[in-house]
Amino acid sequence: MNACEVPSELSNSPGLPKSPEGDPVFPEPWAAEAFAMTVHLHQKGVFSWGEWAQALSAELHKPGRADDGSDYFDAWVAALSGILVARGIADPGDILALQQSWQRAAEATPHGRPIELANDPLGVQVVAQSGE
Amino acid sequence: MPSHHHDHDHHDHDHDNRYSDMQARVKALETLLTEKGLIDPAALDAIVETYETKVGPRNGAHVVAKAWTDPDFAAWLRKDATAAIASLGYTGRQGEHMRAVFNTADTHNVVVCTLCSCYPWSVLGLPPVWYKAPAYRSRAVIDPRGVLEEFGVTLAQDMKIRVWDSTAELRYLVIPERPAGTEGMTAEELAVLVTRDSMIGTGLAKTPEASS
Repeated sequence: MNACEVPSELSNSPGLPKSPEGDPVFPEPWAAEAFAMTVHLHQKGVFSWGEWAQALSAELHKPGRADDGSDYFDAWVAALSGILVARGIADPGDILALQQSWQRAAEATPHGRPIELANDPLGVQVVAQSGE
Repeated sequence: MPSHHHDHDHHDHDHDNRYSDMQARVKALETLLTEKGLIDPAALDAIVETYETKVGPRNGAHVVAKAWTDPDFAAWLRKDATAAIASLGYTGRQGEHMRAVFNTADTHNVVVCTLCSCYPWSVLGLPPVWYKAPAYRSRAVIDPRGVLEEFGVTLAQDMKIRVWDSTAELRYLVIPERPAGTEGMTAEELAVLVTRDSMIGTGLAKTPEASS
């Protein structure tokens, strides 16, 4: 993988915090993972650059966002979730169930072991979308 | 009273690992998308890899450079790294304690972990992908010299190697030795020589020639 393959338009997302060299700056590792996922989905053609920018911009302009941009990647993740839900790729209930399952799994994992979803003591609680 | 016996106190000891809502949300999206075949975790690692050495706070480099140029600060860092680092304005969101381990002419320090949340990213920036691999952790403990050689670090046979295992409560920062030929350089110039790997112990600080 070559650094040049990362699409520059994603690096140019509105308001993305950047280093003096122009590289994105991530406040925490999960933000980099969310960024990488978005880059990857865009590379695979799941959404276009324009669609992504619009989704992100809508989240960034919601009332209640921090003035200093400290919740930029919270908005990023909300935009990514939103675009996946809008496409019918993900269900909001499933996302939340999996999120809680990961949190239980993390707490149940002893230090030094990899955190895996299978460590959730309640098991993975993904609710299949039931038909009407 | 409802019979609800959930006791939160035990978290302090046994349960080191905790995911914030955002951390867990990102993992949830990753799981869903992987199950649907829309993303490949290896491809994500490759994308993160392109950024990890370039980004992140790199606050640790400033801590190291200050320790090299300010003996009082170095002494403070040795005694109470958490407070010394916080004095520069760098604090972890989880309030973890830091300990600085100093490389010397006869001892080299290496930090292992993390498979989870024990990486001091507030000081070191993003963890490298290899650092999260279970293989690194176990091999670094069994054969640190071999692992270091793979990173291109060959130490003298009589050099002692100490391996430190981070926990959720205590994280380590390696203070590499100040390279030769850097007399008269400012802390700002020195910080450029301090690589992330040198602060984990899988590298040494760069020499001025190597960085130019």
